Amino acid sequence: MMNVNITAISRKLFNNNSEKSPYSMSLNRKKVQHPFWVMVSKEISDQVRSWRFIILVALIALTCLASVYTALTQFPKSAGAKSSEDIFFFLKLFTLSDGTLPSFTVFISFLGPLLGLSLGFDAINSEMNRGTLSRILSQPIYRDYIINAKFLAALSVVSFLFVTLGLLVVGAGLIFLGIPPTVDELWRVIFFVLLSIVYVAFWLNLSIFFSIIFRQPATSALAGIAVWIFFSIFYNMIIQLIAKGIAPQQIYSEQQAVNFQNFVLNLMRLNPSQLFSDATVTLLMPSVRSLGALTMAQVEGAIPTPLPLGQSLLMVWPQVTGLVAGTIVLFAISYYLFMRREVRSR
Amino acid sequence: MSEPIIELVDLTKKYRLFTAVDHINLTVRKGEIFGFLGPNGAGKSTTILMMLGLTEPTEGSVRVCGIDPERQPLGVKRRVGYLPEDVGFYDNRDGVFNLIYTARLNSIPEDEAKTRALELLQLVGLEDAGKKNAGQYSRGMRQRLGLADVLIKNPEIAILDEPTSGIDPQGVKSFLNLILKLRDEHGLTVLFSSHNLHQVEEVCDRVAIFNSGKLQAVGDIEALSNQVFGESGHNLEEIYNCFFEGGTEQ
Repeated sequence: MMNVNITAISRKLFNNNSEKSPYSMSLNRKKVQHPFWVMVSKEISDQVRSWRFIILVALIALTCLASVYTALTQFPKSAGAKSSEDIFFFLKLFTLSDGTLPSFTVFISFLGPLLGLSLGFDAINSEMNRGTLSRILSQPIYRDYIINAKFLAALSVVSFLFVTLGLLVVGAGLIFLGIPPTVDELWRVIFFVLLSIVYVAFWLNLSIFFSIIFRQPATSALAGIAVWIFFSIFYNMIIQLIAKGIAPQQIYSEQQAVNFQNFVLNLMRLNPSQLFSDATVTLLMPSVRSLGALTMAQVEGAIPTPLPLGQSLLMVWPQVTGLVAGTIVLFAISYYLFMRREVRSR
Repeated sequence: MSEPIIELVDLTKKYRLFTAVDHINLTVRKGEIFGFLGPNGAGKSTTILMMLGLTEPTEGSVRVCGIDPERQPLGVKRRVGYLPEDVGFYDNRDGVFNLIYTARLNSIPEDEAKTRALELLQLVGLEDAGKKNAGQYSRGMRQRLGLADVLIKNPEIAILDEPTSGIDPQGVKSFLNLILKLRDEHGLTVLFSSHNLHQVEEVCDRVAIFNSGKLQAVGDIEALSNQVFGESGHNLEEIYNCFFEGGTEQ
């Protein structure tokens, strides 16, 4: 029940209800955290406290540990081989596999989307269903703070997770191999981690987009998973079919064959995970000199040595740009839709 | 009377073919408790949303505390507390957290927010439930928490959409008393939308009756009674029923 001493309390609470709200003054008096950062920190703590995040982190940590373990057991065998890659010994930690368990990078390219989807699929619609959206929007914040804070919070959680994972793998390599990575290798690992973050950000934005257009979190989660499964399983099959259909009957020139190959490859690259794996392969296997088919004329005179970091980066630049562009486009669409949405209570 | 604090001029909102709010002219004065009445879908909530700048008017203008909510939404939202119909909270957090969060969105320092939150919980009678997750609150408790949520930013205007639904009769009584007290002692302006005619009659200085997007009548009970029946002394229920031809509203 409401107490009898209402008067006392209310007098205390509203003692100087003058024209100016007292809090506009307290802003100057004391350093107050900006509302946007209040929202970001709340969203981060929401993410970290949620069960789905704990489950996903456990899943990702386990699979990555397993893949690093198999990579480590494979090391003695591969170390013997004398190839040009041997100078990039350390990077094999991320790419080696014994055939039974996929490598670290493959796991990231497979589970990363799931992580991104799960962090965002209920971003907006759950606020709407709980009736918190209209309440929060009536506070003195801009509307885009909500979507920006959600994106930034999820992104920082992902970044933290991936940096930690990357460091763990490097650390494990240091302990078990006893060989420190070279500066070049370290940079490649850093770029790989950044790339993974961008890749997950793409899927995160996709799920935020679905959370705006679908009112039910279950529907938006399912839509996200459907896109993920489509790209990881069906897309390549469809491209194979198309490739078969349009393959030239007879190949007249080398150039024609190369063109055809590159066309099919470019179709494959509409798939974000293809972009990601192209980019990781180039970054982590410096001996990769090209991502498409090359004519004999182009290969002629090439010395089979690993590429320097700058050249590898140059080669994956289109892929990275593509991923970043996809992320930005999705975010822009979500932003537009969200800003135009009329918010009513429930 | 004192100066106007909310001014609506020819306010109109159209959704494709449907006109939700149709050329409404209305002035609410400072320190008034103003009632919004009307059947569901009459345009009350849409009008409220336009006052807060949460939706854009198709035509006409809004001034709240002299500010245009379309151009300076933050200025309006800083001064206006809004309790939506069937308000929601973060269910996985406790009541105190929810209040402090709102306070911090209003740039209130954290320690100050905490003391205010605890005092407000006491004020609305939730002092024992402050540490409970908002998900476990009953409808009435959520409504009380919603009132605390409105008051924590120390607003000049409180817009309450169906604030008393789900609260027990005793609670409603102290709720209405609290509103009156805040008005009398602190000059709070209250906009009160409700279907409960008795409650509206009890606390509101003036009322506006909405029907299908149009304003049917504005004024105090006395004036409305005169306007409808040509004589004073009729209560709000009779007046209201007169507008809706014995509509079953009780």
